[in-house]
Amino acid sequence: MEIPYTVEARSDTGLYNGKLGIWLFLASEVMLFGALFSSLILIRTGAVSWPRASEILNVPLATLNTFVLIGSSVTVIMAWASLRLGELKKAKIYLLVTLLCGFGFMIIKAIEYSTKFSHHLYPSTSNFFAIYYTMTGLHGLHVIGGMVMFAYLLGPGSKMYNTERERYINRVEITGLYWHFVDLVWIFLFPTLYLL
Amino acid sequence: MSGHTVEEIRRETRVYLMVFVALAVLTIVTVGVSYLHLNTTAAIVLALVIASVKGFLVAGYFMHLLSEKKLIFIVLALTAFFFLVLLWGPWQESYDIPSGQ
Repeated sequence: MEIPYTVEARSDTGLYNGKLGIWLFLASEVMLFGALFSSLILIRTGAVSWPRASEILNVPLATLNTFVLIGSSVTVIMAWASLRLGELKKAKIYLLVTLLCGFGFMIIKAIEYSTKFSHHLYPSTSNFFAIYYTMTGLHGLHVIGGMVMFAYLLGPGSKMYNTERERYINRVEITGLYWHFVDLVWIFLFPTLYLL
Repeated sequence: MSGHTVEEIRRETRVYLMVFVALAVLTIVTVGVSYLHLNTTAAIVLALVIASVKGFLVAGYFMHLLSEKKLIFIVLALTAFFFLVLLWGPWQESYDIPSGQ
């Protein structure tokens, strides 16, 4: 059976189904991260003392990670634009750079985590580290999820470009929307966890 | 999604690059401001304002929300409402404790 509205927009929503689907998913993601941000505010305002994050976390590494992530947001949207221009080869290079940025982000995160562990700073150490590991860990899992999608779109998934070109372009678009959301979460995580 | 002609798509890509530069500059500003050691309230307000501007740029241009269909805005309006409930809810729960308990 053919899945309807993978390319053409439905007349009632004005959208192809994948687009509406990813936005509904992102809405649920806002609730997930929203609950954690709410917890962070509550824990912090209720705490007798709160550490100065910039003194115990590695701000330069986190800043570098911010650049890596916003850079990858640009490359994924450039991949989408290249596909719309019919330039598959260029799009694949952009997708590959995006995937590598994801790797880079996780490697930097791993360096951060291992340094903390070597100083015996675990989630059980304090409320600050509990919320730090929970939020950055969950965000990291989202980065890994995005990387899996990009690897698929670069590899076996790219065959669709020759058979159902518009559908493939839409897949890149909605994966990009997810990736921008992951970037968006980091944009708020970075100052609230590392700088304030 | 706006623009389907080659020229329109190329124009879009130039906008994406400008947004990237703006995001990079704002990231530097965020970090720079944190070294000013402002008082807590000013630091929080400033950091959140900069993060919100960055968020607007990502959502508006990269996620092309500025030219998106009405239904998505309805979904997002509902999301924003429930997000505010999430932020506000725990406060009610924690601080509305009857005296003597």
